[in-house]
Amino acid sequence: MATEFHNLQELRHNASLVTKVFIQRDYSEGTVCRFQAKFPSELDNRIERTLLGETVRTLNSYYAEAEKIGGQSYLEGCLACATAYIIFLCMETRYEKVLRKISGYIQEQNEKIYAPRGLLITDPIERGMRVLEISVFEDRGSGGSSPSSTMSSGSSAR
Amino acid sequence: MHLGVSESMRECEYSQISTRSSTPMETPYKKKTSKKRKWEIFPGRNKFYCGGRIMMAKQTGVFYLTLVLILVTCGLFFTFDCPFLALQLTPVIPVIGGVLFLFVLGTLLRTSFSDPGVLPRATPDEAADLERQIDVANGSTGYRPPPRTKEVVINGQTVKLKYCFTCKIFRPPRASHCSLCDNCVDRFDHHCPWVGNCVGKRNYRFFYMFILSLSFLTIFIFAFVITHIILRSHRNGFLNALKDSPASVLEVVVCFFSVWSIVGLSGFHTYLISSNQTTNEDIKGSWSSKRGKDNYNPYSHGNIFTNCCAALCGPLPPSLIDRRGFVQSDTPQLAPPTNGITMYGATQSQQSHMFSMESKPIVSDTETERLPPHPSSSSRAASQ
Repeated sequence: MATEFHNLQELRHNASLVTKVFIQRDYSEGTVCRFQAKFPSELDNRIERTLLGETVRTLNSYYAEAEKIGGQSYLEGCLACATAYIIFLCMETRYEKVLRKISGYIQEQNEKIYAPRGLLITDPIERGMRVLEISVFEDRGSGGSSPSSTMSSGSSAR
Repeated sequence: MHLGVSESMRECEYSQISTRSSTPMETPYKKKTSKKRKWEIFPGRNKFYCGGRIMMAKQTGVFYLTLVLILVTCGLFFTFDCPFLALQLTPVIPVIGGVLFLFVLGTLLRTSFSDPGVLPRATPDEAADLERQIDVANGSTGYRPPPRTKEVVINGQTVKLKYCFTCKIFRPPRASHCSLCDNCVDRFDHHCPWVGNCVGKRNYRFFYMFILSLSFLTIFIFAFVITHIILRSHRNGFLNALKDSPASVLEVVVCFFSVWSIVGLSGFHTYLISSNQTTNEDIKGSWSSKRGKDNYNPYSHGNIFTNCCAALCGPLPPSLIDRRGFVQSDTPQLAPPTNGITMYGATQSQQSHMFSMESKPIVSDTETERLPPHPSSSSRAASQ
Protein backbone atom coordinates (compact mmCIF):
# COMPACT_ATOMS: atom_id res chain seq x y z
CA MET A 1 0.00 0.00 0.00
CA ALA A 2 1.17 3.55 -0.57
CA THR A 3 2.71 5.35 2.36
CA GLU A 4 0.89 8.43 3.55
CA PHE A 5 2.54 11.68 2.46
CA HIS A 6 1.52 14.91 4.06
CA ASN A 7 2.31 17.17 1.18
CA LEU A 8 4.08 17.68 -2.12
CA GLN A 9 7.39 18.55 -0.43
CA GLU A 10 7.70 15.22 1.27
CA LEU A 11 6.73 13.50 -1.93
CA ARG A 12 9.58 15.06 -3.82
CA HIS A 13 12.18 14.59 -1.13
CA ASN A 14 11.40 11.13 0.12
CA ALA A 15 9.83 9.26 -2.70
CA SER A 16 11.36 7.63 -5.69
CA LEU A 17 9.52 7.47 -8.95
CA VAL A 18 8.18 4.05 -9.81
CA THR A 19 6.39 4.64 -13.07
CA LYS A 20 4.39 7.15 -15.07
CA VAL A 21 0.89 6.54 -16.26
CA PHE A 22 -0.36 8.42 -19.28
CA ILE A 23 -3.97 9.26 -20.01
CA GLN A 24 -4.25 9.92 -23.73
CA ARG A 25 -6.41 12.38 -25.59
CA ASP A 26 -9.92 11.48 -26.59
CA TYR A 27 -10.50 12.60 -30.18
CA SER A 28 -14.02 11.23 -30.58
CA GLU A 29 -15.48 14.74 -30.47
CA GLY A 30 -13.03 16.28 -32.89
CA THR A 31 -9.98 18.35 -32.20
CA VAL A 32 -11.29 19.79 -28.93
CA CYS A 33 -9.01 19.04 -26.00
CA ARG A 34 -10.46 16.14 -24.05
CA PHE A 35 -8.84 13.33 -22.10
CA GLN A 36 -10.04 9.77 -22.05
CA ALA A 37 -12.25 8.85 -19.15
CA LYS A 38 -10.90 5.28 -19.12
CA PHE A 39 -9.34 4.45 -15.76
CA PRO A 40 -5.76 3.17 -16.13
CA SER A 41 -5.39 -0.27 -14.55
CA GLU A 42 -1.99 0.58 -13.02
CA LEU A 43 -3.70 2.94 -10.59
CA ASP A 44 -6.24 0.41 -9.38
CA ASN A 45 -4.87 0.13 -5.86
CA ARG A 46 -3.57 3.69 -5.58
CA ILE A 47 -6.63 5.86 -6.00
CA GLU A 48 -10.38 5.52 -6.13
CA ARG A 49 -11.87 5.53 -9.62
CA THR A 50 -14.36 8.23 -8.79
CA LEU A 51 -11.68 10.70 -7.68
CA LEU A 52 -9.60 10.39 -10.82
CA GLY A 53 -12.73 10.37 -12.95
CA GLU A 54 -13.87 13.58 -11.31
CA THR A 55 -10.50 15.25 -11.91
CA VAL A 56 -10.48 14.26 -15.59
CA ARG A 57 -14.10 15.37 -16.02
CA THR A 58 -13.40 18.76 -14.46
CA LEU A 59 -10.30 19.24 -16.60
CA ASN A 60 -12.29 18.36 -19.72
CA SER A 61 -14.92 20.91 -18.80
CA TYR A 62 -12.28 23.59 -18.29
CA TYR A 63 -10.76 22.87 -21.70
CA ALA A 64 -14.20 22.93 -23.29
CA GLU A 65 -14.78 26.32 -21.71
CA ALA A 66 -11.46 27.61 -23.06
CA GLU A 67 -12.20 26.45 -26.59
CA LYS A 68 -15.86 27.40 -26.61
CA ILE A 69 -16.89 29.34 -29.67
CA GLY A 70 -19.43 31.86 -28.52
CA GLY A 71 -20.13 35.48 -27.81
CA GLN A 72 -17.05 36.29 -25.80
CA SER A 73 -14.61 34.62 -28.15
CA TYR A 74 -16.15 36.38 -31.15
CA LEU A 75 -15.87 39.71 -29.37
CA GLU A 76 -12.25 39.03 -28.53
CA GLY A 77 -11.53 37.92 -32.10
CA CYS A 78 -13.17 40.89 -33.74
CA LEU A 79 -11.55 43.36 -31.37
CA ALA A 80 -8.18 41.78 -32.01
CA CYS A 81 -8.69 41.91 -35.78
CA ALA A 82 -9.76 45.55 -35.60
CA THR A 83 -6.58 46.48 -33.76
CA ALA A 84 -4.44 44.47 -36.20
CA TYR A 85 -3.83 41.93 -33.41
CA ILE A 86 -1.69 44.39 -31.48
CA ILE A 87 -4.05 44.00 -28.57
CA PHE A 88 -2.72 40.47 -27.98
CA LEU A 89 0.52 42.03 -26.82
CA CYS A 90 -1.19 43.73 -23.88
CA MET A 91 -4.21 41.58 -23.17
CA GLU A 92 -4.37 38.01 -21.96
CA THR A 93 -6.65 35.84 -24.06
CA ARG A 94 -9.51 33.92 -22.51
CA TYR A 95 -7.73 30.67 -23.30
CA GLU A 96 -4.70 31.75 -21.28
CA LYS A 97 -6.93 32.78 -18.38
CA VAL A 98 -8.56 29.36 -18.34
CA LEU A 99 -5.17 27.65 -18.56
CA ARG A 100 -4.09 29.49 -15.45
CA LYS A 101 -7.24 28.34 -13.72
CA ILE A 102 -6.41 24.79 -14.77
CA SER A 103 -2.89 25.09 -13.34
CA GLY A 104 -4.32 26.24 -10.05
CA TYR A 105 -6.84 23.42 -10.04
CA ILE A 106 -4.21 20.76 -10.73
CA GLN A 107 -1.98 22.16 -7.99
CA GLU A 108 -4.89 22.03 -5.58
CA GLN A 109 -5.84 18.50 -6.58
CA ASN A 110 -2.23 17.38 -6.20
CA GLU A 111 -2.05 18.78 -2.69
CA LYS A 112 -5.36 17.51 -1.49
CA ILE A 113 -5.87 14.20 -3.21
CA TYR A 114 -2.92 12.91 -5.17
CA ALA A 115 0.15 13.70 -3.07
CA PRO A 116 -1.30 11.96 0.00
CA ARG A 117 -1.63 8.87 -2.16
CA GLY A 118 1.87 9.10 -3.59
CA LEU A 119 0.77 10.36 -7.00
CA LEU A 120 1.44 13.55 -8.92
CA ILE A 121 -0.40 14.97 -11.90
CA THR A 122 1.51 16.99 -14.46
CA ASP A 123 -0.30 19.87 -16.11
CA PRO A 124 -1.03 18.75 -19.72
CA ILE A 125 0.27 22.06 -21.08
CA GLU A 126 3.74 20.94 -20.03
CA ARG A 127 3.37 17.88 -22.22
CA GLY A 128 2.03 19.79 -25.23
CA MET A 129 -1.59 18.88 -24.37
CA ARG A 130 -0.93 15.37 -25.61
CA VAL A 131 -1.31 13.41 -22.40
CA LEU A 132 -2.29 13.71 -18.78
CA GLU A 133 0.78 12.37 -17.02
CA ILE A 134 0.40 10.82 -13.60
CA SER A 135 3.64 9.99 -11.79
CA VAL A 136 3.49 7.14 -9.31
CA PHE A 137 5.85 7.37 -6.36
CA GLU A 138 6.99 4.88 -3.81
CA ASP A 139 8.43 5.82 -0.44
CA ARG A 140 12.23 5.81 -0.67
CA GLY A 141 13.40 5.87 2.95
CA SER A 142 10.86 3.63 4.63
CA GLY A 143 13.48 1.40 6.31
CA GLY A 144 16.82 3.19 6.76
CA SER A 145 17.74 6.72 7.71
CA SER A 146 18.35 9.30 5.07
CA PRO A 147 21.25 11.80 5.21
CA SER A 148 19.00 14.69 6.17
CA SER A 149 17.65 12.92 9.23
CA THR A 150 20.88 13.35 11.24
CA MET A 151 20.50 17.09 11.53
CA SER A 152 16.76 16.94 12.09
CA SER A 153 16.72 14.56 15.05
CA GLY A 154 19.04 16.88 17.02
CA SER A 155 16.72 19.83 16.80
CA SER A 156 13.44 18.08 17.38
CA ALA A 157 11.90 18.89 20.73
CA ARG A 158 10.91 16.18 23.18
CA MET B 1 0.46 13.25 22.49
CA HIS B 2 -0.18 16.88 21.72
CA LEU B 3 3.54 17.61 21.49
CA GLY B 4 3.80 15.05 18.76
CA VAL B 5 0.99 16.68 16.86
CA SER B 6 2.51 20.15 17.01
CA GLU B 7 5.84 18.59 16.08
CA SER B 8 4.42 17.16 12.91
CA MET B 9 2.63 20.39 12.18
CA ARG B 10 5.82 22.36 12.68
CA GLU B 11 7.62 19.98 10.42
CA CYS B 12 5.11 20.82 7.75
CA GLU B 13 6.06 24.48 7.92
CA TYR B 14 8.81 25.52 5.66
CA SER B 15 11.24 28.39 5.72
CA GLN B 16 10.46 30.97 3.16
CA ILE B 17 12.47 31.06 -0.02
CA SER B 18 12.70 34.44 -1.59
CA THR B 19 11.93 33.83 -5.19
CA ARG B 20 10.88 37.28 -6.22
CA SER B 21 13.60 39.10 -8.08
CA SER B 22 13.68 42.61 -9.39
CA THR B 23 13.30 41.72 -13.03
CA PRO B 24 10.45 39.36 -13.82
CA MET B 25 12.18 37.31 -16.42
CA GLU B 26 15.54 36.74 -14.80
CA THR B 27 15.87 34.60 -11.75
CA PRO B 28 18.84 33.80 -9.50
CA TYR B 29 19.06 30.42 -11.21
CA LYS B 30 19.91 31.93 -14.50
CA LYS B 31 22.83 33.88 -13.09
CA LYS B 32 24.22 30.96 -11.14
CA THR B 33 24.11 28.19 -13.68
CA SER B 34 23.51 30.15 -16.97
CA LYS B 35 20.57 27.97 -17.93
CA LYS B 36 19.52 27.56 -21.48
CA ARG B 37 16.13 28.55 -22.72
CA LYS B 38 14.06 25.93 -24.46
CA TRP B 39 14.32 27.57 -27.86
CA GLU B 40 18.07 27.03 -27.83
CA ILE B 41 17.63 23.26 -27.73
CA PHE B 42 14.54 23.10 -29.92
CA PRO B 43 14.78 19.95 -32.05
CA GLY B 44 13.04 21.29 -35.16
CA ARG B 45 14.62 23.17 -38.05
CA ASN B 46 13.46 26.62 -37.05
CA LYS B 47 15.24 29.89 -36.58
CA PHE B 48 14.65 31.96 -33.48
CA TYR B 49 15.21 35.66 -32.94
CA CYS B 50 14.83 38.12 -30.09
CA GLY B 51 15.53 35.55 -27.43
CA GLY B 52 12.98 33.07 -28.73
CA ARG B 53 10.13 35.51 -29.17
CA ILE B 54 10.27 35.30 -32.96
CA MET B 55 10.08 31.94 -34.70
CA MET B 56 10.56 31.35 -38.40
CA ALA B 57 11.40 28.59 -40.82
CA LYS B 58 14.96 27.89 -41.87
CA GLN B 59 14.70 29.35 -45.39
CA THR B 60 13.64 32.97 -45.13
CA GLY B 61 14.94 34.37 -48.41
CA VAL B 62 11.53 34.51 -50.07
CA PHE B 63 10.05 36.22 -47.02
CA TYR B 64 12.51 39.09 -47.43
CA LEU B 65 11.52 39.28 -51.08
CA THR B 66 7.87 39.60 -50.07
CA LEU B 67 8.75 42.31 -47.59
CA VAL B 68 10.85 44.23 -50.11
CA LEU B 69 8.15 44.03 -52.78
CA ILE B 70 5.48 45.35 -50.44
CA LEU B 71 7.65 48.09 -48.95
CA VAL B 72 9.04 49.30 -52.26
CA THR B 73 5.70 49.33 -54.06
CA CYS B 74 3.93 51.10 -51.23
CA GLY B 75 6.83 53.47 -50.75
CA LEU B 76 6.73 54.47 -54.38
CA PHE B 77 2.95 54.85 -54.22
CA PHE B 78 3.07 57.16 -51.21
CA THR B 79 5.95 59.19 -52.56
CA PHE B 80 4.98 59.67 -56.19
CA ASP B 81 1.30 59.02 -56.62
CA CYS B 82 -0.29 60.11 -53.40
CA PRO B 83 0.66 63.81 -53.51
CA PHE B 84 -0.98 64.17 -56.92
CA LEU B 85 -4.05 62.16 -55.94
CA ALA B 86 -4.44 63.93 -52.62
CA LEU B 87 -4.48 67.28 -54.35
CA GLN B 88 -6.54 66.36 -57.38
CA LEU B 89 -9.04 64.00 -55.81
CA THR B 90 -9.13 63.69 -52.04
CA PRO B 91 -6.65 63.25 -49.16
CA VAL B 92 -8.64 60.26 -48.01
CA ILE B 93 -6.81 58.14 -50.58
CA PRO B 94 -3.39 58.20 -48.87
CA VAL B 95 -5.09 57.70 -45.51
CA ILE B 96 -6.88 54.54 -46.64
CA GLY B 97 -3.72 53.40 -48.37
CA GLY B 98 -1.77 53.96 -45.18
CA VAL B 99 -4.21 52.01 -43.05
CA LEU B 100 -4.23 49.11 -45.51
CA PHE B 101 -0.45 49.13 -45.69
CA LEU B 102 -0.07 49.00 -41.92
CA PHE B 103 -2.62 46.22 -41.64
CA VAL B 104 -0.85 44.18 -44.33
CA LEU B 105 2.50 44.65 -42.65
CA GLY B 106 1.10 43.82 -39.22
CA THR B 107 -0.57 40.62 -40.33
CA LEU B 108 2.44 39.56 -42.40
CA LEU B 109 4.79 39.93 -39.47
CA ARG B 110 2.34 38.23 -37.17
CA THR B 111 2.05 35.26 -39.55
CA SER B 112 5.77 34.99 -40.09
CA PHE B 113 6.94 35.42 -36.54
CA SER B 114 4.45 33.38 -34.53
CA ASP B 115 4.43 29.73 -33.67
CA PRO B 116 2.06 28.05 -36.16
CA GLY B 117 0.96 25.44 -33.63
CA VAL B 118 4.00 23.21 -33.36
CA LEU B 119 3.43 20.08 -31.31
CA PRO B 120 6.34 19.40 -28.99
CA ARG B 121 7.99 16.03 -29.37
CA ALA B 122 7.19 13.30 -26.91
CA THR B 123 9.26 12.99 -23.76
CA PRO B 124 11.26 9.76 -23.53
CA ASP B 125 8.82 8.34 -20.97
CA GLU B 126 5.82 8.98 -23.21
CA ALA B 127 7.58 7.49 -26.23
CA ALA B 128 8.49 4.39 -24.24
CA ASP B 129 4.94 4.03 -22.99
CA LEU B 130 3.54 4.31 -26.54
CA GLU B 131 6.07 1.80 -27.85
CA ARG B 132 5.04 -0.59 -25.11
CA GLN B 133 1.38 -0.22 -26.02
CA ILE B 134 2.07 -0.73 -29.70
CA ASP B 135 4.19 -3.81 -29.01
CA VAL B 136 1.41 -5.27 -26.92
CA ALA B 137 -1.06 -4.59 -29.70
CA ASN B 138 1.13 -6.04 -32.45
CA GLY B 139 2.66 -8.86 -30.45
CA SER B 140 6.40 -8.11 -30.54
CA THR B 141 7.70 -10.27 -33.33
CA GLY B 142 11.13 -8.76 -33.57
CA TYR B 143 10.87 -7.10 -36.96
CA ARG B 144 9.79 -3.52 -37.47
CA PRO B 145 6.02 -3.42 -37.58
CA PRO B 146 4.16 -1.72 -40.45
CA PRO B 147 3.35 2.03 -40.21
CA ARG B 148 1.39 2.55 -37.07
CA THR B 149 -2.08 4.00 -37.28
CA LYS B 150 -4.89 4.39 -34.85
CA GLU B 151 -8.48 4.74 -35.95
CA VAL B 152 -10.88 7.05 -34.26
CA VAL B 153 -14.47 7.94 -35.06
CA ILE B 154 -15.13 11.67 -35.13
CA ASN B 155 -18.71 12.77 -35.63
CA GLY B 156 -19.49 9.56 -37.42
CA GLN B 157 -16.51 9.66 -39.77
CA THR B 158 -13.59 7.27 -39.35
CA VAL B 159 -10.30 9.13 -39.20
CA LYS B 160 -6.87 7.48 -39.20
CA LEU B 161 -4.31 8.92 -36.80
CA LYS B 162 -0.81 8.31 -38.01
CA TYR B 163 2.22 7.75 -35.82
CA CYS B 164 5.01 10.23 -36.41
CA PHE B 165 8.39 8.52 -36.22
CA THR B 166 10.26 11.78 -35.79
CA CYS B 167 8.15 13.26 -33.02
CA LYS B 168 7.20 9.86 -31.53
CA ILE B 169 3.55 10.78 -31.12
CA PHE B 170 0.29 9.79 -32.68
CA ARG B 171 -0.61 12.90 -34.59
CA PRO B 172 -3.88 14.51 -33.52
CA PRO B 173 -6.49 14.78 -36.27
CA ARG B 174 -5.66 17.47 -38.82
CA ALA B 175 -2.04 17.67 -37.67
CA SER B 176 0.72 16.97 -40.15
CA HIS B 177 4.49 16.82 -40.12
CA CYS B 178 6.22 19.58 -42.06
CA SER B 179 9.33 18.15 -43.67
CA LEU B 180 10.85 21.59 -44.19
CA CYS B 181 10.61 22.60 -40.54
CA ASP B 182 10.80 19.04 -39.20
CA ASN B 183 7.91 19.64 -36.81
CA CYS B 184 4.42 18.29 -36.38
CA VAL B 185 2.04 21.22 -36.72
CA ASP B 186 -1.51 21.22 -35.42
CA ARG B 187 -4.18 21.86 -38.09
CA PHE B 188 -1.41 22.02 -40.67
CA ASP B 189 -2.44 24.05 -43.70
CA HIS B 190 0.74 24.39 -45.74
CA HIS B 191 4.29 25.65 -45.54
CA CYS B 192 4.37 29.10 -47.11
CA PRO B 193 7.80 30.26 -48.32
CA TRP B 194 6.40 33.76 -48.97
CA VAL B 195 5.85 34.28 -45.26
CA GLY B 196 8.80 32.13 -44.26
CA ASN B 197 6.81 29.91 -41.90
CA CYS B 198 4.30 27.09 -41.71
CA VAL B 199 0.64 28.06 -41.64
CA GLY B 200 -1.17 26.14 -38.93
CA LYS B 201 -3.76 26.48 -36.22
CA ARG B 202 -2.25 29.47 -34.46
CA ASN B 203 -1.45 31.69 -37.38
CA TYR B 204 -4.03 30.73 -40.01
CA ARG B 205 -6.27 33.70 -39.28
CA PHE B 206 -3.30 36.09 -39.54
CA PHE B 207 -2.34 34.48 -42.84
CA TYR B 208 -5.87 34.84 -44.19
CA MET B 209 -6.11 38.45 -43.05
CA PHE B 210 -2.73 39.07 -44.68
CA ILE B 211 -3.70 37.75 -48.10
CA LEU B 212 -7.12 39.37 -47.93
CA SER B 213 -5.77 42.79 -47.01
CA LEU B 214 -2.95 42.39 -49.52
CA SER B 215 -5.54 41.73 -52.24
CA PHE B 216 -7.34 44.93 -51.30
CA LEU B 217 -4.06 46.84 -51.14
CA THR B 218 -2.91 45.53 -54.52
CA ILE B 219 -6.21 46.36 -56.20
CA PHE B 220 -6.26 49.76 -54.44
CA ILE B 221 -2.77 50.69 -55.60
CA PHE B 222 -3.40 49.34 -59.09
CA ALA B 223 -6.63 51.31 -59.46
CA PHE B 224 -5.25 54.58 -58.17
CA VAL B 225 -2.00 54.43 -60.07
CA ILE B 226 -4.01 53.92 -63.26
CA THR B 227 -6.22 56.84 -62.22
CA HIS B 228 -3.14 58.94 -61.62
CA ILE B 229 -1.72 58.18 -65.06
CA ILE B 230 -5.05 58.82 -66.75
CA LEU B 231 -5.49 62.17 -64.99
CA ARG B 232 -1.98 63.21 -65.94
CA SER B 233 -2.54 62.08 -69.54
CA HIS B 234 -5.57 64.35 -69.81
CA ARG B 235 -3.27 67.26 -69.04
CA ASN B 236 0.00 66.41 -70.72
CA GLY B 237 -0.55 63.43 -72.92
CA PHE B 238 0.07 59.77 -72.22
CA LEU B 239 3.79 59.55 -72.91
CA ASN B 240 4.55 62.69 -70.93
CA ALA B 241 2.53 61.32 -68.05
CA LEU B 242 4.67 58.19 -68.06
CA LYS B 243 7.83 60.28 -68.19
CA ASP B 244 6.69 62.48 -65.31
CA SER B 245 5.91 59.55 -63.10
CA PRO B 246 8.10 56.55 -63.99
CA ALA B 247 7.55 54.91 -60.61
CA SER B 248 3.93 54.38 -61.52
CA VAL B 249 4.95 52.07 -64.35
CA LEU B 250 6.86 49.84 -61.94
CA GLU B 251 3.94 49.82 -59.54
CA VAL B 252 1.47 48.87 -62.25
CA VAL B 253 3.67 46.01 -63.39
CA VAL B 254 4.16 44.63 -59.86
CA CYS B 255 0.49 44.96 -59.01
CA PHE B 256 -0.70 43.47 -62.27
CA PHE B 257 1.34 40.32 -61.84
CA SER B 258 0.58 40.00 -58.12
CA VAL B 259 -3.13 40.59 -58.26
CA TRP B 260 -3.95 37.37 -60.08
CA SER B 261 -2.12 35.09 -57.66
CA ILE B 262 -3.06 36.95 -54.49
CA VAL B 263 -6.72 37.43 -55.29
CA GLY B 264 -6.88 33.84 -56.46
CA LEU B 265 -5.29 32.65 -53.24
CA SER B 266 -7.71 34.75 -51.17
CA GLY B 267 -10.63 33.24 -52.99
CA PHE B 268 -9.28 29.73 -52.47
CA HIS B 269 -8.74 30.25 -48.75
CA THR B 270 -12.18 31.83 -48.40
CA TYR B 271 -13.58 28.61 -49.82
CA LEU B 272 -11.43 26.55 -47.43
CA ILE B 273 -12.52 28.57 -44.41
CA SER B 274 -16.19 28.38 -45.30
CA SER B 275 -15.98 24.60 -45.58
CA ASN B 276 -13.56 24.28 -42.63
CA GLN B 277 -10.86 22.40 -44.52
CA THR B 278 -7.13 22.80 -44.62
CA THR B 279 -5.11 23.11 -47.84
CA ASN B 280 -3.59 19.76 -46.94
CA GLU B 281 -6.99 18.05 -46.74
CA ASP B 282 -8.23 19.73 -49.90
CA ILE B 283 -5.22 18.66 -51.92
CA LYS B 284 -5.48 15.10 -50.69
CA GLY B 285 -9.24 15.11 -51.21
CA SER B 286 -9.78 13.74 -47.73
CA TRP B 287 -13.39 14.88 -47.49
CA SER B 288 -14.23 14.86 -51.15
CA SER B 289 -17.43 13.09 -52.13
CA LYS B 290 -15.46 11.35 -54.87
CA ARG B 291 -13.96 9.08 -52.23
CA GLY B 292 -17.28 7.67 -51.26
CA LYS B 293 -20.90 8.56 -50.87
CA ASP B 294 -20.69 8.77 -47.11
CA ASN B 295 -17.52 10.85 -47.05
CA TYR B 296 -18.05 14.21 -45.43
CA ASN B 297 -16.04 16.67 -43.39
CA PRO B 298 -16.55 15.87 -39.70
CA TYR B 299 -15.06 19.15 -38.54
CA SER B 300 -17.44 21.42 -40.40
CA HIS B 301 -19.96 23.20 -38.19
CA GLY B 302 -22.65 22.86 -40.79
CA ASN B 303 -23.04 26.37 -42.15
CA ILE B 304 -20.63 28.79 -43.82
CA PHE B 305 -21.13 31.58 -41.29
CA THR B 306 -20.23 29.45 -38.27
CA ASN B 307 -17.23 27.99 -40.07
CA CYS B 308 -15.91 31.45 -40.92
CA CYS B 309 -16.49 32.76 -37.41
CA ALA B 310 -14.83 29.73 -35.86
CA ALA B 311 -11.75 30.03 -38.05
CA LEU B 312 -11.32 33.78 -37.77
CA CYS B 313 -12.83 34.75 -34.43
CA GLY B 314 -12.46 31.54 -32.49
CA PRO B 315 -10.22 31.32 -29.42
CA LEU B 316 -6.49 31.54 -30.10
CA PRO B 317 -4.71 28.63 -28.42
CA PRO B 318 -1.40 29.44 -26.73
CA SER B 319 1.94 28.13 -27.92
CA LEU B 320 2.69 24.61 -26.73
CA ILE B 321 6.44 24.78 -27.06
CA ASP B 322 7.24 27.37 -24.38
CA ARG B 323 10.16 28.87 -26.22
CA ARG B 324 11.23 31.22 -23.45
CA GLY B 325 10.99 28.74 -20.61
CA PHE B 326 14.16 27.43 -19.03
CA VAL B 327 15.44 23.96 -19.67
CA GLN B 328 15.18 21.73 -16.59
CA SER B 329 18.53 20.38 -15.40
CA ASP B 330 19.49 16.97 -16.73
CA THR B 331 17.44 14.29 -15.08
CA PRO B 332 17.44 10.57 -15.62
CA GLN B 333 14.38 9.08 -17.20
CA LEU B 334 11.38 8.60 -14.96
CA ALA B 335 12.56 11.46 -12.78
CA PRO B 336 9.86 13.28 -10.82
CA PRO B 337 8.10 15.68 -13.12
CA THR B 338 7.89 19.39 -12.55
CA ASN B 339 4.47 20.72 -11.98
CA GLY B 340 4.24 24.39 -12.53
CA ILE B 341 3.38 27.36 -14.59
CA THR B 342 6.66 28.43 -16.17
CA MET B 343 4.92 29.58 -19.34
CA TYR B 344 2.72 31.97 -17.53
CA GLY B 345 5.63 33.22 -15.52
CA ALA B 346 6.61 35.13 -18.61
CA THR B 347 3.41 37.06 -18.77
CA GLN B 348 2.33 37.44 -15.19
CA SER B 349 4.59 39.21 -12.78
CA GLN B 350 3.14 37.55 -9.70
CA GLN B 351 3.83 34.13 -11.13
CA SER B 352 7.30 34.90 -12.40
CA HIS B 353 8.98 31.97 -10.76
CA MET B 354 11.15 29.64 -12.80
CA PHE B 355 12.14 26.48 -11.12
CA SER B 356 14.33 23.48 -11.66
CA MET B 357 14.19 19.94 -10.38
CA GLU B 358 15.76 20.90 -7.07
CA SER B 359 13.57 23.90 -6.27
CA LYS B 360 10.04 24.03 -5.02
CA PRO B 361 7.14 25.18 -7.13
CA ILE B 362 5.11 28.14 -6.03
CA VAL B 363 1.60 27.15 -5.16
CA SER B 364 -0.12 30.49 -5.53
CA ASP B 365 0.41 34.16 -5.02
CA THR B 366 -0.73 34.09 -1.43
CA GLU B 367 1.07 30.97 -0.31
CA THR B 368 4.81 30.52 -0.36
CA GLU B 369 6.47 27.15 -0.04
CA ARG B 370 9.10 26.72 2.58
CA LEU B 371 11.97 24.29 2.97
CA PRO B 372 11.23 21.60 5.52
CA PRO B 373 13.59 21.53 8.48
CA HIS B 374 12.85 17.84 8.95
CA PRO B 375 12.29 16.43 5.50
CA SER B 376 12.46 12.76 6.31
CA SER B 377 9.33 11.03 7.54
CA SER B 378 11.40 8.30 9.15
CA SER B 379 13.14 10.77 11.45
CA ARG B 380 9.77 12.08 12.55
CA ALA B 381 8.64 8.61 13.40
CA ALA B 382 11.87 8.05 15.34
CA SER B 383 11.57 11.28 17.34
CA GLN B 384 8.06 10.38 18.48
